[in-house]
Amino acid sequence: MVDGYRLDERIHRGSMATIWRVTRPGADGGPLAMKIPLLDEYETPAPIIGFEVESMILPTLSGPHVPRFVAAADFSSQPYLVMEFLDCPSLRARLERLPIEPAEVAAIGARVATALHDVHRQGVIHHDVKPSNVMFRPSGEAVLIDFGLARHDRLPDLHAEELRVPVGTGPYISPEQIRRTRNDPRSDLFGLGVVLYHLSTGKRPFGNPTTLHGLRRRFYRDPVPPRSLDPAYPPWLQEIVLRCLEVDPAGRYETAAQLAFELQHPDGVRRTARAERTSRDSLWTVGRRYLRSLGVEPDLRQSAARQLSRAPIVVVAIDLAQDSEALNDALRHAARRILEAATGARLACVTVLKTSIFGMDDPVDEEGRNRHVQGLIGLEHWARPLRLPQGRVTYHVLEAPDPGSAILDFANASNSDQILIGSRGSSTLRRYLGSVSSQVVASSECTVTVVKARTEIAADRTTAKKDASGS
Amino acid sequence: MLTALYADIHANQEALAACLARADALGAGRHVFLGDHVGYGPDPAEVLDTIAARVERGGIAVAGNHDRAAIEVPGGRMTDSARLAIEWTQRQLEKRHRDFLDGMPLTVQEAGRLYVHANAWAPEKWEYITSAYDAARSMRATPCRWTFCGHVHTPGLYHMTEDGRTTAFAPAPGVRIPLSRRRRWLAIPGSVGQPRDGNPAACVALLEENTLHLTFLRVPYDTEAAARRIRASGLPAELGARLVSGT
Repeated sequence: MVDGYRLDERIHRGSMATIWRVTRPGADGGPLAMKIPLLDEYETPAPIIGFEVESMILPTLSGPHVPRFVAAADFSSQPYLVMEFLDCPSLRARLERLPIEPAEVAAIGARVATALHDVHRQGVIHHDVKPSNVMFRPSGEAVLIDFGLARHDRLPDLHAEELRVPVGTGPYISPEQIRRTRNDPRSDLFGLGVVLYHLSTGKRPFGNPTTLHGLRRRFYRDPVPPRSLDPAYPPWLQEIVLRCLEVDPAGRYETAAQLAFELQHPDGVRRTARAERTSRDSLWTVGRRYLRSLGVEPDLRQSAARQLSRAPIVVVAIDLAQDSEALNDALRHAARRILEAATGARLACVTVLKTSIFGMDDPVDEEGRNRHVQGLIGLEHWARPLRLPQGRVTYHVLEAPDPGSAILDFANASNSDQILIGSRGSSTLRRYLGSVSSQVVASSECTVTVVKARTEIAADRTTAKKDASGS
Repeated sequence: MLTALYADIHANQEALAACLARADALGAGRHVFLGDHVGYGPDPAEVLDTIAARVERGGIAVAGNHDRAAIEVPGGRMTDSARLAIEWTQRQLEKRHRDFLDGMPLTVQEAGRLYVHANAWAPEKWEYITSAYDAARSMRATPCRWTFCGHVHTPGLYHMTEDGRTTAFAPAPGVRIPLSRRRRWLAIPGSVGQPRDGNPAACVALLEENTLHLTFLRVPYDTEAAARRIRASGLPAELGARLVSGT
């Protein structure tokens, strides 16, 4: 027994801590997990600092992507941390049979990226993304465990004073972590990139170095492109994986949400030369990269919150059936303001083709044109004046009987930060049926901006007045 | 027990009242005043009466350099406006205020916590803590694990490992920060009555004694009114202007 918890079974013994399945006799609820740091090995303070950090950060986190915090005791007596017991496999179990099919790797990656984004949104960088630290709930959500190396934007970084050895795990540690920069959430995208490379090829991109010199090789030596190992490896996946493994964080995805988005929509992945590459960089390029790596300065103002605010995902809901140029203009104006303020923002333009609930719709309209293709053409037409480079905008035609729910589902699945949606004047029909925009406002998990076209509303009012005076 | 920490009030009753109201609303049961209660501001008598009332109910007050100067013969190292303000302050104080300041200790220790105005290595010399190096020097000079001080008018938090490695942290307002027992901590709540970090809102910090969580807070108050009263009282106008700009 420890503080009223009965230790039932030791489920893990690591180098830093042991984890027990425990129950609290007399209390409601099932088993819990108790983490007890190993204090015998006093010569290295790493397990102690890791335990301090996790006790500090885990209670601040919530949501399905982290183990629920229950209780903690500090070093004044027996230190421990009690949290939700996760009776589910870790991603490590999947390493026994590699490689895994690209579509499944993408699905796994999207779930882990979504979990990372949720943690980043709470101001925390994990800094130890690896298969043994990722579990999957029966409902499918990825859960990140072990926040011993994490950093919270707004709490003291207890690892900051560790000046001798890099804080991370050899195969997965990002170049900036090796340089002891701990304030960039994109470090976690590098770790996830290593995991995706490993899952999809069966090989680790940078091996398993154990010396500082070995770790530093990743500053200049690029990994073997997966397509040179297997010509059937899809270019879109190579594009994503190698982009995660870029040495400079700015070369990776802006946010985990943007990475999840790409993994969910392989067709929309903008391919660069990276996608087709079949050989590593020349020694000339590697040498130049080595020289450049010597002069890198960290950005002290960077943080998870700062990076995320720079690169939101914005869903723009466009009603192509309502041919209102004034409203389309107003929506574009609102989108442009966001794009100017947040330089890494990404637009997902969405329209909904309303289908009957019986799913018997003809994919072709009266004039024989494909509705889906028409939708894409309409969306691209809307976005063209914004002159966005490829990769910052995507187009999605959804088919659903209920446009409001379709927009909300899409926004949730894409971890979007904001929805822009137009609203027209208040017609009698709208008052009777309820508007799509008010449904979206009421149920959305993210910010919703309802855009109106003033001129159009003023015109509607004038018409209404005329009608009233005429009757 | 929730303890509120106030430093460098500098005779600014407007700011002190706002901080006390916030701390009371959050359930603070105890109040610790970390020195420089007077000097610069227009309300030395009122501020000292307010502090004395809280000290009578179990609070703690330690003396700062301005508090000592207010009961001594003018002299020492002070800027012109500080000296003018101290001379003006001396004229405002009655005997009960002078007695209160005269009996005020430079340091108080309780349950592993040290309260001091400037630093632990030489509290009477008023040297500033402006770097992790200074903070480490102070933390090494006391057996207490947690030091709370003022003197620099900017909120700050320093932490030191058992083997002496020290790191500075810039606390954001409203975040509960756990102060682990595995290391030493030096916390500067920031100034109530004359913040100098570009944010004119008054500073106060709250310590949850049982769980050892520290929360830094910023409390906006009517700085224009405080500045007007400084001008009306004949104190140097620049002392009012800096309240409005927070510099």
